[in-house]
Amino acid sequence: MAGFKRKEGREMVEMNTSSLPDLIFTILFFFMMVTTMREVTLKVKFVVPQGTELEKLEKKSAVSFIYVGPPTDQLRAQMGSGTRIQLNDRYAEPREVMDFVAAERQGMVNEAEQVISIKADQNTQMGYITDIKEVLRKSWALRLNYSASRRN
Amino acid sequence: MAKKKKKMPGLNTSSTADISFMLLIFFLVTTSMDTDMGLARRLPQPPDPDQEDAQVDIKSRNILYVRLNAAGQLNVKDEVTSASEGYIEFGALRQRAKEFIKNEQNFSKWPEKHVKVINLLGRCYVTDKHVISVQTDRGTPYNAYFQVQNELVAAYTELRNEISKEKFGREYQYLSDEQKAAIREYYPQNISEAEPKKYGGTQ
Repeated sequence: MAGFKRKEGREMVEMNTSSLPDLIFTILFFFMMVTTMREVTLKVKFVVPQGTELEKLEKKSAVSFIYVGPPTDQLRAQMGSGTRIQLNDRYAEPREVMDFVAAERQGMVNEAEQVISIKADQNTQMGYITDIKEVLRKSWALRLNYSASRRN
Repeated sequence: MAKKKKKMPGLNTSSTADISFMLLIFFLVTTSMDTDMGLARRLPQPPDPDQEDAQVDIKSRNILYVRLNAAGQLNVKDEVTSASEGYIEFGALRQRAKEFIKNEQNFSKWPEKHVKVINLLGRCYVTDKHVISVQTDRGTPYNAYFQVQNELVAAYTELRNEISKEKFGREYQYLSDEQKAAIREYYPQNISEAEPKKYGGTQ
């Protein structure tokens, strides 16, 4: 009856880890694909309003963002605390939205799918938003999305 | 004579896993998984410059005015009420809009009902000529405007859900595209946004 006797000097079988890099690479590629690097540095600060009837922004590649709000704390000393509109990396006037829309449209596969997402601070005066909307309408960017967070 | 086959020394790949782990962690840290959400709206087409502004005549019973002043106060006006009615709460807007759009009793001061044959639904009495006109002041806070839009969309969603449940036994979002189109025809979203006016308050 030697069944329970431990054999002396038996080596632990090493796990085959040769496929581990492949595994990790797969996960890596997944994250590389879903990652969207933040393209712009925010120069305005905003707290978006809260709503209940929200929809997800489906196609990220077809979305262009317009930020509206007061300058960030670091920039307030130079720029004051009035409401600003940010397009790409700089402050802009409402009329410049037209060029922005045209530039964003370049290289889009389907121009009709273009969506403009307005990320505006909830205390912004409507005058700024209306100006932007007027220009968007003139430049035929009619699909709009008022960015918001979900209210519970 | 051919050389005797030399055994190729295997490349030591034990560190590949570590390298890819590092890359993985980098991407994990930089990834922002937050999904952007928002209220989707559609702007009307730009006016044709060649044409004189074709003023579309809408019967006054078909219009519900939703007005926001510079202080963010909400006022709703239709044929029934006068403008002096005062301000209402944002929470009350949804119910008010629903009653107006639906006009269940076929009330003569709310939008007119007429027969329309809709695919899948057959002959229906619809109020599709109604218009909800949202007017803002340049000084209106954006949040107030957003809440109004949100409540109006919510009103339409509730109405559409009601009719979807009645006709198809399911909520609007679970319907097929064809069914959705029929419901949309029954309750079209007619929210018009006029140019901001100056009234009620400065700025």
